[in-house]
Amino acid sequence: MKTYKELFAQLKRPALIPFFVIGDPDYETSLEIVKRAIDAGADILELGIPFSDPIADGPTIQKADVRALAGGMTVSKALDFIRQIKQYKDIPIGLLLYYNLVYQKGIKEFFKDFYRAGVNSILIADLSIDDADEIAPAAREAGLDTVFMVTPNADEQRIKQIASQTSGFIYAVSLLGVTGVREGLSDTIEGFIKKLKKLTATPVCVGFGISKPEHAAAVARAGADGVIIGSKIVRIIEDNLNNKKKMLSELAAFITECKKAIEKAR
Amino acid sequence: MKQDGRFGEFGGFYVPEVLIPALEELEEAFLRFTADAGFNGELQNLLKNYAGRPTPLYFAKRLSELAGFKIYLKREDLLHGGAHKMNNTLGQGLLAKYMGKKKLIAETGAGQHGLATAMVGALFGMETKIFMGETDIERQSVNVHKMKLCGAEVIGVEGGTGTLKDAINDALRYWTANVSDTFYLFGSAAGPHPYPVIVKHFQSCIGTEARQQCIEQTGRLPDMVAACVGGGSNAIGIFSAFLKDKDVQIVGVEAGGSAKDRLAAGHHAATLAAGKVGILHGSKTYLLQNDDGQIAETESISAGLDYPGVGPEHSFLKDTGRVKYVPAFDEDALDAFELLTKTEGILPALESSHAIAYVMSLKGKLSPATSVIVNLSGRGDKDVGIVEKYRPVK
Repeated sequence: MKTYKELFAQLKRPALIPFFVIGDPDYETSLEIVKRAIDAGADILELGIPFSDPIADGPTIQKADVRALAGGMTVSKALDFIRQIKQYKDIPIGLLLYYNLVYQKGIKEFFKDFYRAGVNSILIADLSIDDADEIAPAAREAGLDTVFMVTPNADEQRIKQIASQTSGFIYAVSLLGVTGVREGLSDTIEGFIKKLKKLTATPVCVGFGISKPEHAAAVARAGADGVIIGSKIVRIIEDNLNNKKKMLSELAAFITECKKAIEKAR
Repeated sequence: MKQDGRFGEFGGFYVPEVLIPALEELEEAFLRFTADAGFNGELQNLLKNYAGRPTPLYFAKRLSELAGFKIYLKREDLLHGGAHKMNNTLGQGLLAKYMGKKKLIAETGAGQHGLATAMVGALFGMETKIFMGETDIERQSVNVHKMKLCGAEVIGVEGGTGTLKDAINDALRYWTANVSDTFYLFGSAAGPHPYPVIVKHFQSCIGTEARQQCIEQTGRLPDMVAACVGGGSNAIGIFSAFLKDKDVQIVGVEAGGSAKDRLAAGHHAATLAAGKVGILHGSKTYLLQNDDGQIAETESISAGLDYPGVGPEHSFLKDTGRVKYVPAFDEDALDAFELLTKTEGILPALESSHAIAYVMSLKGKLSPATSVIVNLSGRGDKDVGIVEKYRPVK
């Protein structure tokens, strides 16, 4: 299984990391979408298990969660999904989800099962570094990297604390807010990335609000090791629910464009 | 954080990283100002002269005759705004003012917390936004209108079932994007630390008063204290004063939904009766959910109790056995509403009617000397339309 470490060492440029809600809009279509994203040049996949009450997500991903749950997505089907993706290609996968889903299955069992299915890391959106003890030891024991988020309002001490618990990559949130498609990029992002790069040797991947190839390029130029694109990609799915062919081609085109923008940025 | 915000294994602050600095700032301010004589003096003055504290403890003679034991009502329905919510909104509103925040946001179910926040927003001259589920906006339209009259903006929330849970989701999301200048005035005893502690602190005046009034009027402590539980703010407010009184039985009454559904999943809000432990809205607590951990839909005639979670301290009090939690059905709450109205001329909120319903179910089971305090957490004017729909007046 390919690790983040191997991947970041191999890449001479920032990684492109698209985000998908597993099972959006349904299992089979979701599988086709993710495979197409891999073909189009995704370096890492960030995959979310849908949750009924995603408080860190804006309307676009909320709707994707609703679609996936209505389509019958469950934790055990998400495991199958990841196994199928890994059979298609050995690409690193970060899982992003809410704590209750992990807690109900049992933290140890959840981590063990998802590691075995091919997941590299777990990021729990509603669990901060303050409660890292509840999950980090079990995650490490299972073989998983532990990814935590860092936000622009964190002071230096907190950034260091977060970095010390993080392995694989740090998920830098570009702005104060929830996920969503946005017109412009936060003007503090460049300084934030530089500050993080100074404080930690762990790769820094940036997400939230990155909606255009220009945004991806700007984040790459600022020194990020990875660019995470979520809502914009989910929006392409939402906008083309009645035309799967167009959905897949637009998605592939967007990912290719972002990848080119990142490659040119450095 | 200075405190861990735990009640046994329950509570905590399970929130996205971006909210941690805001919760730390809130906890720090809460600890500092509630130890400040100037803050406390200003709050006491407002509670007395603006809101109308202390509220009476009323011996409901005719209702007691029907029950066969003594029933005392803690009249939070007489508090300004029509419910206990004002205790907390004045406290947190003043905290916001002392912290230099200019904007308030709040979630609301029945609209009582939204209204009490809108009133405090007007009082302190703060811009106020209230998040409210679309279902609740429809069934509590009078309160929506009152909030708007106070100058608040009411933001309809479409997600989920359009109830309290969804309103909290969107209020949290809004706060995430506006943490620097906005104070989130949380109304329930739920949510991430420090909210359960803060809400209990500001609501505990209910219990402190009731305990003293009971001793003054009857010469002793009550045998039982009962309150309705949604998130659990009015309940923790009155329970808190009696937790150490081992001989006082304490009962929390949850929303059982319609009796015909027999507590079937998705058709009630009796979280402590039927839920299991999980994490929602920043807190580890009992939740109504499926096997995967997806939060269940809920149903109740009363918008204020229509919530799949519960304040973490109630989960702790359930597990330690100190408090007994029981469901009451919609139909029983309607009976209780009609009964209290007819026998005492008091219109109780449908939320509070659940507590009355449980106490009346003890008819014939308690000795005549038994005294029971029921927290009448709010008045029922807001519910007249709903009651009329189910029980048209002939």
